[in-house]
Amino acid sequence: MLTEHAKVMKAFAAAGEIVGRKKLQKMIYIAKKLQFPFYEKFDFHFYGPYSEELTWRIEELCNLGFLNEVKEKKGGYFQYRYTLTEAGEEFLSHYDIDMPHLQECLQDMNEQNSRFLELVSTVLYFESLSKDEVKEKVFSLKSKQRYTEEEIEQAYAYIAKLRHKVQKEVRM
Amino acid sequence: MAYPGGQLSEEKVFKDPVHRYIHVRDKVIWDLIGTKEFQRLRRIKQLGTTYLTFHGAEHSRFNHSLGVYEIIRRIIDDVFVGREHWDHSERLLCLCAALLHDLGHGPFSHSFEKVFHLDHEDFTQAIILGDTEVNAVLKRLGDDFPKKVAEVIAKTYRNKLVVSLISSQIDADRMDYLLRDAYYTGVSYGNFDMERILRVMRPREDQVVIKRSGMHAVEDYIMSRYQMYWQVYFHPVTRSAEVILTKILHRAKHLYEEGYDFQTKPVHFYSLFTGNVNLQDYLKLDEAVILFYFQQWQDEKDEILSDLCRRFVHRHLFKYVEFSPTNEQMKKLMELTLLFKRAGIDPEYYLVVDSSSDLPYDFYRPGEEGERLPIHLLMPNGELRELSRESAIVDAISGKRRTDHKLYFPDDFIYDLSTKRAAKKKIIEILEG
Repeated sequence: MLTEHAKVMKAFAAAGEIVGRKKLQKMIYIAKKLQFPFYEKFDFHFYGPYSEELTWRIEELCNLGFLNEVKEKKGGYFQYRYTLTEAGEEFLSHYDIDMPHLQECLQDMNEQNSRFLELVSTVLYFESLSKDEVKEKVFSLKSKQRYTEEEIEQAYAYIAKLRHKVQKEVRM
Repeated sequence: MAYPGGQLSEEKVFKDPVHRYIHVRDKVIWDLIGTKEFQRLRRIKQLGTTYLTFHGAEHSRFNHSLGVYEIIRRIIDDVFVGREHWDHSERLLCLCAALLHDLGHGPFSHSFEKVFHLDHEDFTQAIILGDTEVNAVLKRLGDDFPKKVAEVIAKTYRNKLVVSLISSQIDADRMDYLLRDAYYTGVSYGNFDMERILRVMRPREDQVVIKRSGMHAVEDYIMSRYQMYWQVYFHPVTRSAEVILTKILHRAKHLYEEGYDFQTKPVHFYSLFTGNVNLQDYLKLDEAVILFYFQQWQDEKDEILSDLCRRFVHRHLFKYVEFSPTNEQMKKLMELTLLFKRAGIDPEYYLVVDSSSDLPYDFYRPGEEGERLPIHLLMPNGELRELSRESAIVDAISGKRRTDHKLYFPDDFIYDLSTKRAAKKKIIEILEG
């Protein structure tokens, strides 16, 4: 019971502080695409893959005092900062959730900026298409972000790097 | 057969209790409605198990799909036509996507998706793009037309304005289901002035925005969305039925995997149990089929399966208590789990925590920049402003977090003290404490 909540908290325990809801959404989506067992359902939205379920779950965890949320004014808008609380750590101790290599992957993602993670998650969303079709999707659906071909190549390389991290450890 | 002229010789109308009339002028729409995949939606309720709480809520996904189509038709033909930013050549694409947006929903789809790890949106895509009557009709408008319709519904179509008409924070889908669900459940708080909202909608680059003068109508819509969430969609009795339904599916799957000899073989479930659902199997499922099995399984030898089915069929639902999973409460939950086992009541099926995040509905939150697109007001000077920055009412209800968790259990088992009295008395003490 509440295992899905615990898994989300495990992500915070692994990643450390996460700054920005958009970044958080993309990190969990990418982790899910790497076959980490997150349950939240994602749809493609205006800014790429987004999960309403994840938003709910984060709100619940904040209300329960398991996550600490700090709202900060940044330019003309607000940004949110999340960390696991002591009560959250205690809650997590009730569960035996083993997600090998999650920490390595999430910490790596946490070091990237949200604009890049938006691109990575979009590339992953369309990964069943050919690379040229993915590029066409990125250029048409993300025209305001003005991603370059080079950035898309970097996104592919980054996905390969993350997958290698997961697979390498599985092989060992 | 292509669509020369594209229009019916005479307009067809459907009587509808929400929009009064649904007008069909385009042949392609008429033909889509007649396909077997679309007609299947008549056999799937819009609100799943809600009819067990609000007895009027027997309306189907068919009604709702026609309603969404009608709203889009009015927006395009009455409000957007001729306006800057709107490309009228997208009209038929919009109408088809509106009509077909829920095509892949199955019976009690929320529970089915949860248990069998399905996604109705994948099936919507498969029906539109696969070997189906719907696909054959759409192809009459061009070989790539089904793909375009599928992209609009998947929200990946290049013209985001078209997408945002069907799917955004104030879209035709939400407007129809709020009004329709309020009408059929009989509640009064789901109503808002849709006509007014339609009149103040404007196409603006890649999104639909609302003229500032229409803000109060939108406030009403936001309020009704909020009220419907807490009063109807998240009603604790409906959730109880949903919990039991989910547990029936889990139990049946578990038994199948254990090689249990069903008296009524779950033929329609085999591909779900093995995770190999193909489109043809999926399209055979509807609520009549599922309820047939639940009826039959009341007589199964497996006590858990038969008991859960009896509860669902005869509306003998689980009771609930408020449950906030703080660390203290979690310890109690663990204690309850042990006590349930001691009392001979399997906690896997009879002790369930249900949370607000378990539902596929939401209410308006402006969110963070770049998180998801909020509702934008078009100010008289041409600027766009996020709704909650202008509206104190919306700011008040969207700024406050509200979540909810409940603990469900069968009170009849627990209060039957003829067996395992000590354990049950302790359970009662904890639940009532």
